[in-house]
Amino acid sequence: MVDSSQSMQAEQLKPPITRIGVIGWLRANLFSSVFNSVLTIVTLYFLWKIVPAFVRWAFIDSSWDTTGAACRAAGGACWSIVTKNLRFIIFGFFPYESQWRPLVAMIILFILLLLSSNRRFWKKSLGYAWLLGLFGMGLLLKGGLFGLSSVESTKWSGLPLTLLLSVFGLTAAYPLGIALALGRQSRMPAIKSLCIVYIETIRGVPLISLLFMSSVMFPLFLPEGITINNILRAQVAIILFTAAYIAEVVRGGLQAIGRGQYEAAESMGLNYYQKMRLIILPQALKIVIPPTVGILISAFKDTSLVVIIGLYDLLKTTQSTLSDPRWMGFSIEAYIFIALIYFAGCFSMSSYSRRLERELYRGN
Amino acid sequence: MKFLKVCVVTVVVLVLVTASLAMAGETLDAVKKRGYLIAGVNGGVFGFSMPDDKGVWKGLDVDTARAIAAAVFGDADKIKYVPLTAVQRLPALQAKEIDVLCRNTTQTLTRETANGLNFAHVNFYDGQGFLVSKKLGIKSAKELDGATVCVLPGTTTELNVADFFRANNMKWKPVVIEQTAELSKAFFAGRCDLLTSDISQLAAHRAVAPNPAEYTLLPVVISKEPLAPVVRHGDDQWYDIVNWTVMALLQAEELGINSKNVHLKLKDENPRVQRFLGVIPGLGKSLGLDDKWAYNIVKQVGNYSEIFEANVGQNTALGLPRGVNDQWYKGGLMYAAPFR
Repeated sequence: MVDSSQSMQAEQLKPPITRIGVIGWLRANLFSSVFNSVLTIVTLYFLWKIVPAFVRWAFIDSSWDTTGAACRAAGGACWSIVTKNLRFIIFGFFPYESQWRPLVAMIILFILLLLSSNRRFWKKSLGYAWLLGLFGMGLLLKGGLFGLSSVESTKWSGLPLTLLLSVFGLTAAYPLGIALALGRQSRMPAIKSLCIVYIETIRGVPLISLLFMSSVMFPLFLPEGITINNILRAQVAIILFTAAYIAEVVRGGLQAIGRGQYEAAESMGLNYYQKMRLIILPQALKIVIPPTVGILISAFKDTSLVVIIGLYDLLKTTQSTLSDPRWMGFSIEAYIFIALIYFAGCFSMSSYSRRLERELYRGN
Repeated sequence: MKFLKVCVVTVVVLVLVTASLAMAGETLDAVKKRGYLIAGVNGGVFGFSMPDDKGVWKGLDVDTARAIAAAVFGDADKIKYVPLTAVQRLPALQAKEIDVLCRNTTQTLTRETANGLNFAHVNFYDGQGFLVSKKLGIKSAKELDGATVCVLPGTTTELNVADFFRANNMKWKPVVIEQTAELSKAFFAGRCDLLTSDISQLAAHRAVAPNPAEYTLLPVVISKEPLAPVVRHGDDQWYDIVNWTVMALLQAEELGINSKNVHLKLKDENPRVQRFLGVIPGLGKSLGLDDKWAYNIVKQVGNYSEIFEANVGQNTALGLPRGVNDQWYKGGLMYAAPFR
């Protein structure tokens, strides 16, 4: 009897109002102690100061399709600098009437990247798709076949150039970096010391200096009449630079693999290449996914350094727009726009890496 | 910065070696064989060389390069522009990556000697000046003691200010800002008393001020900046072509020939006009060009007055007066040698 009446009562009682619902959540998460309460209040104060002002500047007072002079009169954010100069910022010097070509090339690239990001599609046919896609993209950019007018590579600029430098820079640097890491672990002294010298030399100089050397000093060593494309020079410098960093990350992964794995592979009679390809590298590369992606992300952002050797990547086309007196002074808006583009690139890389880690998780 | 210095020194040494290898006459042949001119330009200076919103190059330096292409090919569009940074520009010329440098480059003694370059006729006389708010009530540059000065780093501009203040025994505080657009923002936000740059650039800065009438140029020019197209040592024929192309722009203005009336001027009785336009043949041939070279320049690009007004003149955002860049007979410095 006693028991049942108690249970009846327990059923009728509601939890205290301060423990559930919005108030409960607030108490538990935002005001759980004096320190947290103070932090919450200070944060709210700053949000209240910043957010309405920002919304007012960015949306309410902003101009979206006017001239620079009208922007100055309006006072808010001048997104017109982006909308009015969008085609120059994105495509740079590519001939105005042919700018659909780099656009299509970029769409092909995005589709291929999207397909490649799904491991179910990692088959031979994807390789052929890439070959076909690369040919198509090259054709669209370069022209000169099938009635497309020929476009000098010096006119490649803006977003296509940034993507070209980063996508090909990173895909070429990754295998080179793995080779260097294996070379550094090699028992052959010549290869080992060569790799060490390479890695340490490249890591010892900033990327800017490599770019400078490739664009300013390198041409002076070439024989008469031979000039190497400026974009190619920058591309090679980026590949060499990134590879050295990837090499060290991969070496970290190789060292994390227990000796037992090496010995087990050898006892199965695998030779060096089989051992690396089938046993060691798959494990090592999986371990180092987070730092590798960190390097790839920073390399992607570092491509904007080609500004200093006069290549018109996304950043430089934006800066060029900003030095036009009609648009001077609206740098915040323009930089917010390209920051969003860079963010989209970096964020998709990092979220892909997290997905890959989850998929490859084997409980160790 | 130390690395840069090492780079520059190495480049200068290499430049001296390569400069001696150049041979006369080869540049024109190479340009003709290639089918287009390669011109080094700045890329970030409004009015001088900058792409417009369709990616088409515009500016005084760009038009100078187009005039050279018109003289050589009879087609001002047979040209490829290579945007270069301040550090790259001279090595690029030496490494023969470009045929001519039209990149607001100041003529100096060491650039001609140690760097092995030749400067053609000046296409713009610039000078470094100061922009100041009228509110400060400063009338002369002698009242600037203790001023904070907004300045771009790494150019002769910075050194010239230091020289100027030291020479006048005054103190100053630099506010160094890398980007041109940020520089003018800082100045108009009141972070410094003075903004210093080349006068042509100060005009652009003032044009974007919230209230342009509040700012004034001080009546002092602290440096001479004769800007001219540059070629390599060792090819005199090519130097002549570039040099006389600039002078042809000036001469056309002096003779009253412009892109609108040049076809009528072919029938002009004046022997100076006839020689200039190639009606009386000889001048073009002696340069190694077609006798209609000057006609093509004026027809396709215009005379100096036309390109000045179109790019930096009163009706542009820069709004520069002709000033020292006017013709000699109007009190300016522009003077073409006789075409005969």
